[in-house]
Amino acid sequence: MLSYIIRRVAQSALVLFVVGLVAFSMFRFVGDPIDNMLGQERTMEDVERLRGQLGLDQPFPVQYVKFLQEAVQGNFGVSFRQGRPVAEILAERAPATLELAMVSAVFAIVLGIALGVFTAIRRGGFAANFIMSASLIGVSLPTFLIGILLIYIFSVELGWLPSFGRGEVVDLGWWNTGFLTASGLKALILPSITLGLYQMTLIMRLVRSEMLEVLRQDYIRFARARGLSDRTINFRHALKNTMVPVITIIGLQLGAIIAFAIITETVFQWPGLGLLFINAIQFVDIPVMAAYLMMISVIFVTINLAVDILYAFIDPRLRVSA
Amino acid sequence: MKKQMLALALLMTTTSLANAETLRWARSGDALTLDPHSQNEGPTHTVRHQMYEPLIIRDTSGAFEPALATDWAPNESDPNVWVFNLRQGVKFHDGADFTAEDVVFSINRAKQPNSDMKELINSIVEVRAVDDHTVEIVTDGPNPILPANLTDLFIMDKGWTEVNNAVDVQDFEGGEITFATTNVNGTGPYKLVSREPDVKTVMERNEDYWGRDQFPMAISEIIYTPIQNDATRVAAMLSGEVNFLQDMPVQDLDRVNAVDGLVVKQAPQNRVIFFGMNQGGDDIEADNVDGKNPLADVRVRQAMSQAINRDAIKQVVMRGQSQPAGMIAPPFVNGWTAEMDGESSTDVEGAKALLAEAGYPDGFSIRLDCPNDRYINDEGICQAAVGMLGQIGITVNLDAKPKAQHFPLITDGKTDFYMLGWGVPTYDSEYIFNFLVHGRESDIGTWNGTGFDNDDLDAKIKSLASNTDLIARDQAIAEIWRVVQDEQLYIPIHHQVLNWGMAENLDINVDPEDQPMVKHFGLN
Repeated sequence: MLSYIIRRVAQSALVLFVVGLVAFSMFRFVGDPIDNMLGQERTMEDVERLRGQLGLDQPFPVQYVKFLQEAVQGNFGVSFRQGRPVAEILAERAPATLELAMVSAVFAIVLGIALGVFTAIRRGGFAANFIMSASLIGVSLPTFLIGILLIYIFSVELGWLPSFGRGEVVDLGWWNTGFLTASGLKALILPSITLGLYQMTLIMRLVRSEMLEVLRQDYIRFARARGLSDRTINFRHALKNTMVPVITIIGLQLGAIIAFAIITETVFQWPGLGLLFINAIQFVDIPVMAAYLMMISVIFVTINLAVDILYAFIDPRLRVSA
Repeated sequence: MKKQMLALALLMTTTSLANAETLRWARSGDALTLDPHSQNEGPTHTVRHQMYEPLIIRDTSGAFEPALATDWAPNESDPNVWVFNLRQGVKFHDGADFTAEDVVFSINRAKQPNSDMKELINSIVEVRAVDDHTVEIVTDGPNPILPANLTDLFIMDKGWTEVNNAVDVQDFEGGEITFATTNVNGTGPYKLVSREPDVKTVMERNEDYWGRDQFPMAISEIIYTPIQNDATRVAAMLSGEVNFLQDMPVQDLDRVNAVDGLVVKQAPQNRVIFFGMNQGGDDIEADNVDGKNPLADVRVRQAMSQAINRDAIKQVVMRGQSQPAGMIAPPFVNGWTAEMDGESSTDVEGAKALLAEAGYPDGFSIRLDCPNDRYINDEGICQAAVGMLGQIGITVNLDAKPKAQHFPLITDGKTDFYMLGWGVPTYDSEYIFNFLVHGRESDIGTWNGTGFDNDDLDAKIKSLASNTDLIARDQAIAEIWRVVQDEQLYIPIHHQVLNWGMAENLDINVDPEDQPMVKHFGLN
């Protein structure tokens, strides 16, 4: 068991190293940060001086090794655009993204499971059919379009909800939250629907098909024969057994929600990590791009690692073969 | 008695309401820092201008307007010295008096190595306080346009800066945060209340401002929020969450204008858009002609200019929001003339004839490098130019890239045909010549990607800096322009038009430098 875990961790570290290497080798195609950093009045000496100062005159493997050396000590360098330590900026932006991701995930899970169960039980009914067709919109429309559509309806036409930003946030010192103010909560609604809609549809369709599968099985038939109520059968016996694959998917999609937040955050000017990353790309802010990509890959790798290890606990066969 | 009290209370609430007008202001980017001498960049200056003041600012027509200096003139006995008389009775936000030593301190601070403003004032050798309200600035030779370089040079309080250990300009690239990066103590019309970078900056009216009665100053509170996405920014205005908008996308102008209570105002911007051509190289890479450089022939360059239909670009690409150009100087700039700005014409047959005369009857092919996120509809303009040049037989392959990849091509000399836009903060042609016409050297001609290098002209350009005889200087400027025009050094396209969206109750004039000064904002 221990050797299995050690091997998994070593593999994860290798993945992280390669992701970083690929990311770093691509940075030079994004452009030259120097032009953005110095105004149009700069001289060639300024350019050379700054390039040397930032270490951009060195070949990229050297830059990458330097980045790794600093990164393992928790130092991600200084943002070219904001002139502040990257770690500090990431810490400042993380609450916005995590709160948004959390609300979207809750929205997607609760509504996704509820609608999935409903459409499975009421299979063929008018409401179920309507929900199934409408859910196609969630899968097929791109996120930014959904966001703009929601802004148009609820901000411009109806004027109910804000079109951008986080509203008033309360600073708790180590965390700033939008949960404690009315404007903060209102500001969360549209972005979290936009971000969670795709995952919700996914979960709903998965729950529905798993549920239909389970409802056909013998033990459900026996349960009915025993005269149990529909409620008990549907929720105690059927739903429980559909949840195994659903939980796996939810776990994996959590990483996707944080990573996909880029588009939603840009549309809603949500001051989180995704918006930070988009700004970094436009400005060629290499330290921020590098730190963000590493962070996202750490999240994905950790989730996958945890899932792998959990599987090993659940399924002894995996342990043996490993 | 009770009734009277009630009436009084009502009266008080209504008057305070009349005085409370919040400017909810959005544009695409945020200030990078609040340190007055770090980062010479438009949106950063805009935010500072509300709280700090330079000696001189510009009004919306581009003319000088006294700020912390009341008047200024060269010293009659010594042409190397400018004398500035300072405004009396001015106080910083913390109550300290504004005196000549603050000016001396601030200009010296702006000359530090970490300062981003140092290039603009590199002619200054010494700054001395003659008395509490007079300052003399000594330059390394006569400098007739020194005042034009001081309009973004903000004055800090010496005492405050020293007490808070912010004497050194922040080391921006090194990630340094100083007290002055996040705090403000200026003399300006607004005071900083709070700031979250990239999210929100709040300012309130400075009731003790020296010009409180002189300027409208109708806005009592400013909430500045950067909103990057074009559609979201416009939606925020349509839904009423924002009542003043910069960086208005041209396709949404009609949409905003059609809404009751909103208007869009425009003015020609201090930015001209043009194409540059590498005429210096013997053979260039981006074309299909071997052993020769077609762009080295002035007739080819003229033919290309004549092929461009600027009115069509204005109507189709810019939706009317541009002013066709014949020279690469914005109309406010000293040296600009209406005649030269009208010199570009469209003549497809004439262009074909010129090409044939130059030895390219069947044209040639060339790559055009173009940014796609820098100027208004930049890629669209290039696409239009591709079609227009195709009409005279020049096959253009368009390569459009983000600005971070496009501009290094020009400064590194890796493009032979490119788009560039230019604004002139000093409002004087010398600035254009220094960067775009003078042969490329390490500290001059840095944006001249044309390979054009004319020693006589270079000498003439250099002499402008110290020519105090303004009539002779203007004469020299006109002569240089004549060469630039006759050589068809660049292909001018148009002057950008600036659009600001605003609520109808706001009385705002559009500033050609895209630099709103909220103290000038009134109410209708």
